[in-house]
This record gives sequence, structure tokens and C-alpha cells, in this order.
Amino acid sequence: MTAVAAPAFPAPARRLGLRGGLRNTFTLTWRSVLKIRTNVEDLLGLSLQPIMYLLLFTYVFGGAIAGGTHAYLQFSLPGILVLSVVFATLGTGLMLNQDIANGVFDRFRSLPIARWAPLAGAILGDMVRYSISVAVTLGFGMILGFRITTSPLAAVAACLLLLVFALAMCWFSALIGLLVKTPQAVQWFGFLAMFPLVFGSNLLVPSSTMPGWLQAFVKVNPITYLTGAERGLLTGGPVADPAVRSLLWALGIFVVFAPLAVRVYRRKT
Amino acid sequence: MRYDATSALAVEATGLVKRFGKTTALTGVDLVARPGRVLGVLGPNGAGKTTAVRILATLLRPDGGQASVFGYDVLRDAYQVRQLIGLTGQYASVDEGLSGTNNLIMIGRLLGLPRGQARARAAELLARFELTEAAGRIVKTYSGGMRRRLDLAASLIGRPRVLFLDEPTTGLDPNSRTDVWAMIRGLVSDGVTVLLTTQYLDEADQLTHDIVVIDRGKVIATGTPDELKARTGGQVLLVSPAEPARLAEAAALLEALAGAEVTTDAEAGAVSVPVTDKALLPSVARELDDRGIELAEFTLRKPSLDEVFFALTGHRSDDEDTPTRELEETR
Repeated sequence: MTAVAAPAFPAPARRLGLRGGLRNTFTLTWRSVLKIRTNVEDLLGLSLQPIMYLLLFTYVFGGAIAGGTHAYLQFSLPGILVLSVVFATLGTGLMLNQDIANGVFDRFRSLPIARWAPLAGAILGDMVRYSISVAVTLGFGMILGFRITTSPLAAVAACLLLLVFALAMCWFSALIGLLVKTPQAVQWFGFLAMFPLVFGSNLLVPSSTMPGWLQAFVKVNPITYLTGAERGLLTGGPVADPAVRSLLWALGIFVVFAPLAVRVYRRKT
Repeated sequence: MRYDATSALAVEATGLVKRFGKTTALTGVDLVARPGRVLGVLGPNGAGKTTAVRILATLLRPDGGQASVFGYDVLRDAYQVRQLIGLTGQYASVDEGLSGTNNLIMIGRLLGLPRGQARARAAELLARFELTEAAGRIVKTYSGGMRRRLDLAASLIGRPRVLFLDEPTTGLDPNSRTDVWAMIRGLVSDGVTVLLTTQYLDEADQLTHDIVVIDRGKVIATGTPDELKARTGGQVLLVSPAEPARLAEAAALLEALAGAEVTTDAEAGAVSVPVTDKALLPSVARELDDRGIELAEFTLRKPSLDEVFFALTGHRSDDEDTPTRELEETR
């Protein structure tokens, strides 16, 4: 039996401050951004999906709904922006789910870092993904003939509003990612929740031909207000009311789902 | 202040209990790892090894009992414990979507190293684990052995005082296993305390100073490998006749003289019997000689850990059909 030796190392730090936690968060944001480049499927999905929506909706529905593809594009592009970015938030849940399944989160949890940093880092990193989605949709739409008829400043505001809304929605996605077992289940639950929300709105068609009960749903749907605000900011029309309502909705979604997601996350950790 | 510079124990656990729903994964596990030594936690699949490691590494809350690392409680002082430990295992993993270098830089940065130092530490560890050539590649493209080495490197960035290795060589080919063993020996010579779980008895025999045998959530034996071997039946006499045809005859003779059940291995042409009284040896040799049975081998040896394990648990080490399956944390 060897003699007992005192461990020769300094006493570990007692606690990690907020600044340390923020530093952890930025490191993990860097990781998420690096992964966008290497995850080819995700990058293709992010950029090809909006292009597919634009082509399909513009040329399939355009003539029937608006009597011409150009007129319809002016109407639908703000909606397609919303649709692309809302569906892109599913990626947040997917990646959290994969990190947990792969054991990457367990490695994080065994490190002396802020417990909330992996969640915050993932979500901040996803803002870059949403920006890609917005840029591709807007850029390709303009190639097809979409014109911003307001001002560059209004267009920037339109993009920021989308990002703020996505920042709220991705907490819902994160909650799903933390609750279900497989990436496939994340996709299914996400689509089941997001499809009615996205298409039960005036995003692609005016709501005037819908039955009354559906119109009632469209009227309270946050996607309707977000789409309205995007139309106002990009092609003219009322802005203040739909913008304020969509911001309030974003706040509401955040206040409900962020604490829930954090709670589930903490219970797992 | 709970920090205790004279604390003699790197890891100490008493009465750990963990339940997953109706299944009890651990029913009161005690274990101790002394500084600078390797503690092997041995047991079949589903014995509770991984659950124990996850509790000790602050990943799982026990339902009962206490555990500490250098005097820091894994629940109350988790933040301090995390500064002292490194973890590599089936559960704690590297990020498949990043390159080897970026994985290590990320961990260095998370541990508070400035960018330049994180980069230098990553390069140093990649070189040490012979991954320099693959450093820029995405981990998804790594072989199993390379991944395991990167896993090890990742757990060493923060120069841990205690390293938890959960089945570090499971699924590796023999060459990679030997590599990992050499690396573990190197760490121990640097003064790192290692707690490793394994199902491989030869691995425990090769690497560990102390062993805890867990079966069905309980510790069923502790001691050094030699102590464990000594505890179960002392020594084994192995006799191998030069003519394989006379094996049965030798076996019958051995059984009569030793008064114990013999194990005949027809393929190896050998018969063995546990021996408690060494005075038996000359008489066995004489009797065999009298009957003209020439010998290819006549040895007295310690039992292998395999035999010890069988004696302790009543089943073989690779027996997967144990009732208590190790359950993952419910997701």
C-alpha cells in the first residue's frame, strides 16, 4: 500500500459568474455556426426549401389566385419568408435532440460551464441559419421578379422582425427536441404543430374565401400578423398594428416556451 | 470550506442507490479510488457500472447515498467536481460534425483557455494521440479507434485529476485496445487517478491496481487483482499429458488425489484442478510417473480473473442475459 500523498493541485473555483456563462455561450455559438458549414443536408434544406416553395407556389398557384405570376409573387413572397423561417426553427429542436442522443450534451454537462450555455449557444447559432433562410428567399424572390416597393430601411426591419419571431419560435422547437426521443419524432411533432399554424393563415391566399370558423382561426393566428407586417414592410400597407401584434405574440411564445424548455433541460441535467 | 488537501481519496462513494422507474440499477454501491491509482469497476453488461460512473461524474442524481471527488460532493459541489474530472465513455462524446482540432479547441475555450492556448493545447494532444494527420477532418470520417483516442484527448484538455473511462476499449480491435492501454498507463504515470469500467477481465488484469466487482447493482467483491484471485480457491494445478489419449486417465487420477472436481479441456489437452494444499503436488507427480504418463505441462498458477469472476457471480463475464438491464435515463 502506498503512502497517502496530499493531492498537489490548487483548490477549484467556487462558482462561475455571468460573464463566464456568456463566454461559454459564445464558444458554443461558434460551434453551431461551424457546424452549418459541415452539415451539407441542413445547408441544402435551408437554401433549397425556400427556392422550391417560391417556384411551386408562384407558378402553380399564381395564375389561379392572382391572375398572374408577378402579381402573386408580390403577394406571396412575404408569406414564403415567414413559412421558410418558421420551418427552419425545427432545426433547433433537431440539433438539440441529436446532441443529446450522441452524448455531446453529456460531455458538456461534465465540464465546469454554465448549465444554460449549451441551450443558449445552440439558439444563438441558429440565428445564423435563419438569416441564411431569409437571405435565400428574398434573393431568389428578387431574381424571379419580386420588388421591394417600400424602402431599404423597411426591408431591413422586415428581416429583423422575422429573426425576432424565429428567436421565439425556436424555443417551442427546442422543447420538442428535448421531450421526444428521436430526430424523426422531432420532425413529426414539429410538422403537426407548424403546418396548421402556417397554412391556417393568410400567408399564401387571402382568407376571404375560407369558411367562418377558419377565418376566426386565421384572425388570431400569429402567422397572419407576421405575414401582414412583412407585406406592409416590403410592399406597402399597414405596418404598425400587425407588427406590434406579431411582436406581442413572439413575446408570448417566448414567455411560455422558453421557461418550459429550460425546465425540461434542467431536469435532464 | 470543504476542500481538503489531506483527503486521501480521489473518489469515494457510499451506499449509492439509483432507480429507473421500477428497476433498481444500483442497490447501495460503495467504492473508493485512491489518488494516482487505477480502480477497475468490473461487471457484466447491465450490472450498473455506467450508472455508477454517471453519478460520480455529476451526470445523474443518485436516489440514495453519497459520492465525492477529492472531498467535493458530487451533488452540492458539482461545479468544483467538474473542474477536477475528465469523462470518456459510451455517453460523453465528441461532436461528429466538427473536425478533431475544433472539437478540442471548443473544449479548451469552454474551460476558459484563451484562444491561442486552446489551439496549442489541442495541437499538443492531437500529436500525443497520433491524430495530427486527421486533425482537420470531420470526426464523422474517423475510425472507431481514432474516435476513441479523440474522446480521450477531449477529456484531458483540462488536465483532470480524476479520469472516468466508461468501457474505454469496447468495440475496438486488438491493436487499438493496446494503444488505449498504453495511453492510460502514461496518464497514470503522470499522477492521474483513473476509474475505468470494463467487461474485459484481461483489461482489468493489465491496467488496474484495485478492482470493484459489481453484479446486479451490488458490489460483490473488492480488492487488488491478486487478492481477488487468491480469495477464490487459491491456486490451480494444470496437467497436460504428452499423449492426448491419456488425458482421461490423468483427469481421473487428479480427481482422486485432489478430492475436488477437475476441469478437462480436451481441445488444449489439459486438465486442471483447484489446489489448497501444496503437499499434493509431489504425490500427483509421483503417481503420474508411476503410471508412465509423460507430461507436456505441469504448472501451478493463480486462477485467471475469468475464473474468479465465474466463482463470484456464478455466470461468465460475457453473459448478457442478466435480469437487471442497465437502463438509460428516461428521455
